Amino acid sequence: MQISVRGVSKNFGAFRALDNVSLDIPQGQLVALLGPSGSGKTTLLRIIAGLEAPDEGRIFYGDQDVTNCSTRDRGIGFVFQHYALFGHMTIFDNIAFGLRVRKWKNEQIRPRVLELLRLIQLEGMEKRFPSQLSGGQRQRVALARALAAQPQVMLLDEPFGALDAKVRADLRRWIRSLHDEIHMTSVFVTHDQEEAFEVADFVVVMNRGKIEQMGTPDEVFARPASAFVTDFLGRVNVFHGRVQNGKAQIGELEVSVEAEHGSVEGDTFTAYIRPHEVEIDREPHGPESMQAAVSRVNRTGSTVKVALFAQDGQLPIDVELPHEREATLNLRAGDIVWVYPRQVRVFAAPTASVESSS
Amino acid sequence: MKTLVVTSPVPVSPTQSQATTRDAKRAATRATSEPRLLQWFLIALAVGTMGLILVVPLFVVFSEAFSKGLELYKASIVNAEAMSAIKLTLLVAFVAVPINTVFGVAAAWAITRFQFKGKGALITLIDLPFAVSPVISGLIFVLMFGRRGIFGPFLQAHDWKIIFALPGIILATLFVTFPFVARQLIAFMESQGAEEEEAAVTLGANGFQTFWRITLPNIKWALLTGIILCNARAMGEFGAVSVVSGHVRGQTNTIPLQVEILYNEYQYTASFAVASLLTFLGLITLGIKTALEWKTARQLKEGQT
Repeated sequence: MQISVRGVSKNFGAFRALDNVSLDIPQGQLVALLGPSGSGKTTLLRIIAGLEAPDEGRIFYGDQDVTNCSTRDRGIGFVFQHYALFGHMTIFDNIAFGLRVRKWKNEQIRPRVLELLRLIQLEGMEKRFPSQLSGGQRQRVALARALAAQPQVMLLDEPFGALDAKVRADLRRWIRSLHDEIHMTSVFVTHDQEEAFEVADFVVVMNRGKIEQMGTPDEVFARPASAFVTDFLGRVNVFHGRVQNGKAQIGELEVSVEAEHGSVEGDTFTAYIRPHEVEIDREPHGPESMQAAVSRVNRTGSTVKVALFAQDGQLPIDVELPHEREATLNLRAGDIVWVYPRQVRVFAAPTASVESSS
Repeated sequence: MKTLVVTSPVPVSPTQSQATTRDAKRAATRATSEPRLLQWFLIALAVGTMGLILVVPLFVVFSEAFSKGLELYKASIVNAEAMSAIKLTLLVAFVAVPINTVFGVAAAWAITRFQFKGKGALITLIDLPFAVSPVISGLIFVLMFGRRGIFGPFLQAHDWKIIFALPGIILATLFVTFPFVARQLIAFMESQGAEEEEAAVTLGANGFQTFWRITLPNIKWALLTGIILCNARAMGEFGAVSVVSGHVRGQTNTIPLQVEILYNEYQYTASFAVASLLTFLGLITLGIKTALEWKTARQLKEGQT
């Protein structure tokens, strides 16, 4: 079922959690709402679920306006960050709860619960209580409970948030393969870009109650639509300055500023260079390269991380190189090299973001 | 025979290692606690004060009650006046406690689960009976329902008696015991959060199902604690009830009022005998309450892991 959000706003006192948000979530897709805390992503999810009422705007499931429809009648499955399992009930009773309140017959409930226990690989655990399970197992029970009554929509609020790294990665993979099997329209909230990119078909990046960008993980990563998105999507070198003669000056580098980014002469700009989009060479590379001194080389990990300073130590730059490339260069701390970015993203900088990232 | 020789990689002389441990111990003592003497003094002060104002009176109540033997103790309790007081006290508690339980659950549910205007005012209002002196609480009802009160002429015209009768005693008790269940539950439900209830709603449960199957099992120990405390106060209330009861012997005297009357009439043994009933009730209440609090604390801890 397709979910449509139309012009939704929500205030909590003086705080504007959502500001006129519109969004279409296509049938059968797994969508991630990605953003920092306070960006409104959880509020949006709760409004889609009916756990919060929007101040303005409407929510549609397919063609049906469900804005005034109670959560109970929306036919959704909801998974909470802290599982929200019923502590006084066994695993069996937890999973069966949705079926019992929907008046399923006992002879239907038992096979359905056992089937779900098989699905979440917790067969034989039905008589245990939630406090006897590990975090990952509890979250799987929460998923089974949400899936039990065959909802049309699955909503997950930071479903991996409370788990440790290893369990998190496993559960992530498991949810993705589960979605490939049952193709239910699903929305999950996360603040972890890696998680969103790995699991989702479609990523919605949110900031301060608004949608900054939406698209497939590839689209969002390759073409960030704003300074915020670029900054949010992982490690990046940030440079500030003023636009002069239509060009942004980063150390000795001059980068032409395109009009579409909204920069005009004399405006402040913020330029982003991703560490893996910088080349290092022993020789100068024309006018778009600048000299820098190597300060540290870290060869642990899948790439070599090189920290450099350009402009007499004034301008720090982080670079990631493939091991093979670094082997031919054989960098050492103190080496003077030439760096040149393959891609620079320049945005007219709103004053606030200059302050916050400097 | 084999001998086991343990060698440490870095040789450390015994005196040196002992000195280090002693230093560490002394440092720990200095950092975390007061001098020994001050510790002892504070403990002695606390125990002494408690003994003097809590334990000794408790002991006196029972020793006075049984001072003239078991026979007189029995006679003091098994007589028409005392039995009437016991019955009245039980009846008042039997009516007031369930009403305040229902109210307390409703108020706690509303306050912890919904946002509405006047929420702050409601919370303050719940605490009102704790802030107002019980005698004033009783007087309020006399001013409202007494012969010269606001509703006095109306009540007289219909020949309804509230003040100096059972309804007045129940009203005053209701007022005084009003906050116990609500306060207990508000604190507990706030710390527990609404996630499980939200989960139940997303699974298709209606309000009643959510309350009966999720909320009630979760709050049961905190609720019982509230009920126990409410009951103890309902049975033990003196001030408010004294103002509205009229002290009609064998009719409108509750146990606390009966104790006072007997005492004023120099019937010390009888007075302490009846008082020992209330004291005994208080001790039981305390025991149950401690057990329940232990249970709720454990439940909250489990919920967090």
